[in-house]
Amino acid sequence: MTVLEGKSVFNDVCMGTISFYKRKESVIKRYKIEDTEAEIGRFEEARDEAKNQLKELYEKALEDVGEANAAIFEIHQLMLEDLDYCESIENIITAQKVNAEYAVGATADNFSAMFRAMDDAYMQGRAADVKDVSERVLKVLTNAEDGVQVLEEKVIIAADDLVPSETIQLDKEKVLGFIMQHGSANSHTAILARSMGIPAIIGLGDSLSESMDGKFAIVDGFAGKVYIEPDEATMAAMQKKQKEALERKELLQQLKDKEDITLDGTKIKIFANIGNSADVGNVLKNDARGIGLFRSEFLYLENSDYPTEEQQFIAYKTVAENMAGKKVIIRTLDIGADKQVDYFNLDKEENPALGYRAIRICLTRQDIFKTQLRALYRAAAFGNISIMFPMIISVEEVLKVKEIIKEVLDELRQEKIPFKEDVEIGIMIETPASVMVSDELAKEVDFFSVGTNDLTQYTLAIDRQNQKLEPFYNAHHKAVLRMIKMAADNAHAEGKWIGICGELGADTTLTEEFLKMGIDELSVSPSMVLEVRKRVREINLR
Amino acid sequence: MKNFKYVIKDELGIHARPAGLLVKEAGKFQSAVNLKSNGKSGDAKRIFGIMGMAIKKGDEVTVEVDGADEGEAIAALEQFFKANL
Repeated sequence: MTVLEGKSVFNDVCMGTISFYKRKESVIKRYKIEDTEAEIGRFEEARDEAKNQLKELYEKALEDVGEANAAIFEIHQLMLEDLDYCESIENIITAQKVNAEYAVGATADNFSAMFRAMDDAYMQGRAADVKDVSERVLKVLTNAEDGVQVLEEKVIIAADDLVPSETIQLDKEKVLGFIMQHGSANSHTAILARSMGIPAIIGLGDSLSESMDGKFAIVDGFAGKVYIEPDEATMAAMQKKQKEALERKELLQQLKDKEDITLDGTKIKIFANIGNSADVGNVLKNDARGIGLFRSEFLYLENSDYPTEEQQFIAYKTVAENMAGKKVIIRTLDIGADKQVDYFNLDKEENPALGYRAIRICLTRQDIFKTQLRALYRAAAFGNISIMFPMIISVEEVLKVKEIIKEVLDELRQEKIPFKEDVEIGIMIETPASVMVSDELAKEVDFFSVGTNDLTQYTLAIDRQNQKLEPFYNAHHKAVLRMIKMAADNAHAEGKWIGICGELGADTTLTEEFLKMGIDELSVSPSMVLEVRKRVREINLR
Repeated sequence: MKNFKYVIKDELGIHARPAGLLVKEAGKFQSAVNLKSNGKSGDAKRIFGIMGMAIKKGDEVTVEVDGADEGEAIAALEQFFKANL
């Protein structure tokens, strides 16, 4: 058994035979020609034929994947009409007295190199489009057959990466999943996999090789793994996973659009936690009613320098818009402790969990904090955003945060930049200190959200990374549950709401107890939403 | 010759799709249509030229139209930029 690891773009499991996408790449020979006029004529004819093919592909794509995804084939047509592109080819033919194939190949190389050199990931991706259109012209010139594969049985398609014209010509009925050496979450293959709802793993690199063609494999889209010739144990585990995925789909069918309500009529909101704007699809698919914790750290962890206001604004706005009016609670940066970022230049600490992290960084390095707040308040104008602050231990901290927010809003107002004024603000309850003063904190904020992982670690003084402490650890320790109850009572006394966004929120053995405490919201990982909903709907508090 | 200035509002700047639409729009007119931005210039009837300018959100673009139907063209293009970019 060989195990390959890559990045998953769709969570599901499939098993079947690997079919390596065989591409008849045109082999370009360079030879001298005499009649340059005739050679240019050959090119023009081939180009017009390629344009006709693209017109047909556009029509097909329009039906299969819709206008937005089909547009690429219109752009391909425009590329073939581009004067710079055509002139370059004609110039090479005339000046070097060479064949049209060579001129097209050389021009394609030059133009794709231009895109690859651009400092924008989106534009770099367009190099593949130049290659794709040029390859089409070359195929016409050399009378090569189109690379379309006739698939006999359902297979897992493997390739370096598929270009748009290849994905659209695949017989979708015969595709179980995709495994790609390259590609990005925005590549055409990834988009197609998501729209088809089949597992796809990209970025497998050279570990995926053509020698695997015809072999039996399992694609685990949940873990981003491909098992080639799996052993019995893996096979059994994956069959179980596939079955569970299927059951989840059925559960979803049953529980989708059902209210989060107990038998006696007590209502609770079930939201989802996400760590990246790309996770929104999972939130919606599992029918969560909102996002209870959007960890903003990914913006900082994925960058080699501080993310700009614009970058953050786009990320927050995208999520808010995709959630279409449903609540999105964004937590401000929680860097430090186990999440380290080089460019923050944080000192090494003896005791990072009790150290310089989260709100403590924000309150001392206000430039970073203000950039994030500006982005948040601007994005709030596009959806239902709430802001939440981590690691709070005192009322003074909250007052300081509110002061900074006021400054930020004054600045935005002066600069005449649109933003939303009355954004709900809340705090994480994850330190015992915040619980002990939650009566006062509740007066200053709109909501609480309990981070049970840190609250447990700080309350029990147990480091969860330390395996030796396992025997002392009790996830359901009374001390922690009493803390949550105390915070809940204090929130409700001020008419505020309280949610739980840590791991305990998804612990269905505690759901009943949380409901009794009057917890208003549970935010769990997207894959747990339906399980928790199922549990809630079984409970009778009377 | 006529011209107008426009600041790009589209989040992705002039990426492939609007570049394609712009080429089609500019192609409707006889007049030459040129874009200038960040010290670079490009022919609005050539898709690679426009994409190669890597015009981003917030960049100011000067659109120059020169030719027999420049009056009509500039009105249509100004409308196009407002609607699409």
